[in-house]
Amino acid sequence: MRRPLARTVTALTAAALLLPALAACSSEPAGLVIYSGRNENLVGPLIEKMEKSVGTTIEVRYGDSAELSAQLLEEGDKTEAGLFLSQDAGALGALSNEGRLTPLPQATLDKVDPAYRSAADDWAGVSGRARVLAYNPKKVATPPDSVHDLVKPEWKGKIAYAPTNASFQAFVTGMRVLEGDDTTRTWLKGLKANAEPYEKNNEVLEAVDSGKASLGLLNHYYWYEKVAEEGKDKVKARIHFLPGGDPGALVNVAGVGIVKSSEQNKYARKAVDFLLSEEAQHYFADETKEYPLASGVKSKTEDLPPLESLQAPRIDLGKLDSLKDTLAMLQDVGMV
Amino acid sequence: MRTPDSPVRQGRTPRPAGAVAPTGRGRAGSRPSWVLLVPACAAAVLAVLPLGYLAVRAFEHGPGHAWDIVADERTVLLLGRSLGLTAVVVSACLVLGVSLAWLTVRTALPGARAWSVLVTLPLAVPSYVAAFAWLSVDLAGFTGSALALTMVSFPYVYLPVAAALRGTDPAQEEVARSLGLGPVRTFLRVTLPQLRPAAAGGGLLVALYVISDFGAVSLMRFDTFTRGIYTSYRASFDRTPAAALSAVLVIMTVALVAGEARTRGRAGHARTGTGTARPAAPAPLGRLRIPALAWCSAVTAVAVAFPIGTLGYWLAVGSSATWDPAALADTASTTLGVAAAGAALTTLLALPVGVIAARYRGRIAHLLEQAAYAGHAVPGITVALALVFFAVRYAYPLYQQLPLLVCAYAVLFLPVAVAATRAAVLQAPPVLEDVARSLGRTPLRVLREVTVPLAAPGVAAGAALTFVVCMKELPATLLLRPTGMDTLATRLWTETGAGSYAAAAPYAAALILLAAVPSYLLGRHRT
Repeated sequence: MRRPLARTVTALTAAALLLPALAACSSEPAGLVIYSGRNENLVGPLIEKMEKSVGTTIEVRYGDSAELSAQLLEEGDKTEAGLFLSQDAGALGALSNEGRLTPLPQATLDKVDPAYRSAADDWAGVSGRARVLAYNPKKVATPPDSVHDLVKPEWKGKIAYAPTNASFQAFVTGMRVLEGDDTTRTWLKGLKANAEPYEKNNEVLEAVDSGKASLGLLNHYYWYEKVAEEGKDKVKARIHFLPGGDPGALVNVAGVGIVKSSEQNKYARKAVDFLLSEEAQHYFADETKEYPLASGVKSKTEDLPPLESLQAPRIDLGKLDSLKDTLAMLQDVGMV
Repeated sequence: MRTPDSPVRQGRTPRPAGAVAPTGRGRAGSRPSWVLLVPACAAAVLAVLPLGYLAVRAFEHGPGHAWDIVADERTVLLLGRSLGLTAVVVSACLVLGVSLAWLTVRTALPGARAWSVLVTLPLAVPSYVAAFAWLSVDLAGFTGSALALTMVSFPYVYLPVAAALRGTDPAQEEVARSLGLGPVRTFLRVTLPQLRPAAAGGGLLVALYVISDFGAVSLMRFDTFTRGIYTSYRASFDRTPAAALSAVLVIMTVALVAGEARTRGRAGHARTGTGTARPAAPAPLGRLRIPALAWCSAVTAVAVAFPIGTLGYWLAVGSSATWDPAALADTASTTLGVAAAGAALTTLLALPVGVIAARYRGRIAHLLEQAAYAGHAVPGITVALALVFFAVRYAYPLYQQLPLLVCAYAVLFLPVAVAATRAAVLQAPPVLEDVARSLGRTPLRVLREVTVPLAAPGVAAGAALTFVVCMKELPATLLLRPTGMDTLATRLWTETGAGSYAAAAPYAAALILLAAVPSYLLGRHRT
């Protein structure tokens, strides 16, 4: 019983390698390639409108923000990407530090409050997310006004948080920038003793909602999305925006930067302008309940306090790429 | 435990039991022919590419910096956790795999064929889907990780052991029985040594899989070494620590592969004598029938029914589920295409390495095998970045094209196919190759006309297994896929990333269904 296995395998491999090559040749190269760390379900619906506004075909490559930024660094000046859409400021800051981004035109920069864009003028925030304290009203009558209260013994075992989540780490970085390493380290140790770690923000919210935890640290829009999906009377958890520039009230951004060395700059600039247009800003605000960052655009989300009213701490978001030290500290404390 | 002597060595007549075994193993002294050596070296080079990248990145800021990262208390802690998890999962997989293989192949278990298919199906469940299911019953941390990983990876042990049981000649066991050994001692002294290479090979694959897994442990919130590597990528945007840590995994892999090679012993694994293999008479189970059936049912329920049931629940309650059959079919066919190509290339590359590993001993054979395995415990993200690094520098036209993705699958899964090939070739009597050579056949013709046909079923089984793991692969696919291309795994990632588990469920279900087909064929596979 002989099977011409080797021949079959060879034929298969040849076919496998040739077919895709042929398929790849048939498609036109796109005028603009975007690397997006933001989810396809969110960005996808915008692309057609963006193509109209930019005037060329657009291809989007989706992935994790940090992994895409590592990929962009590995690609160097050979990259095909014209634009990087990131889930957080840190990944943009990392590319900016390596000199991989092109400065944005002043007219574009002027649309965004300086607090929400790069000090080097090479990336801009597109939407904002505020850190909030979620609480379960059945368990907590009045939520504390500062993250510093969370290390008190009365909260032992009652707090939920997501230590590996990028937003939590950005908040810790902000705390280090604002209050110094020693204070932050002591606070983290106290929090670790009191809190239960989860993987994701929505798990933190679930824990607070079900009463498994009394308090939770997360981004504001998780709660608004849950309310939009289930109705406000079904959701038991409530959120509290911390006052007085508390580090727990940090506003971080998802943003965009134009990749250097691409011949797509002309289109990339138009794409950035489109992302900061009223239409796209409202889309993000409606879809994700984040804060629009282009001046003059107001979110229509119910119960959402205006961005100006938040008493967020003022820090340079570009510094949030000093996450390396934050990570070292979190590892030191044993959180991640 | 002393291993029984090989009845066949280099075409000699079987030596009487009790004779001292020579220390030379296999075909010491004979070098593989160029026909095998050249393609095997090509495969090895491809497999060690990621290591070159690791060296570049780890020592970017000098060896001192890399050492500081590695020589950290936390590194040791995470390594300990990874090893602990690995030990537990491998032990559990060995117990499950060997016991189920023996029950389904060698005993009069009612419905043995159906069971052999059922216990292979967990292969089709991606680790992150299994972890998700266990999370829903509130299992997390070490227990949850160990359970989820055991339940998706024990077929790695079951399949080769079942194949070995089918391939071993019952004559040896019968001789042992006729010489007065009881059934238990016969199993321990004759059957088990025959199974050792298959079980050890499967155990090694499980170990490397557990070490490199990220999907399950991240959902389970259990900090392992690999999770540390991912976290350092995501938080520091610095590739050096991840590379330095990955290098530790490479060293660990090399040690594991060397250890596995040492357990192989000197026993022969091919049938002797003339005529065709005779299937062993199934052992009657008697009073053990009910416990045996309960055991098979319990494993199947936990490993197959439970995750699929969880998916069914999501499909049923899904409010965010938007069925788009056309998109699903499209994604499914893409997935099948790339996975088939990946499996074909991997099998082709694994063939010469597997044959050399089975037939030759010596430094070259060892090196080749080590090289094939070296990158297997490195997390997918690191392998993917390595391929990005090389492709943009030396193969730019291929970058973000399908051929490169297919090559990535080959780099990632070469060991899976090598292990299957090696085990299959081991069971083919080398004396037949010697006869063919003595009749004047060239090495290439011997390979084509004797070795490959004899090993074909095992090689095909390896190809099917590779096909399944290619379908489930996520991190490398995300980075290397052509822009705009989706596989079922990437869609699943997109939907869960958007928090719409119900919308993710159809993709997970499709992935499991498609992967179940080759798993089913593997389970039904009879040599």
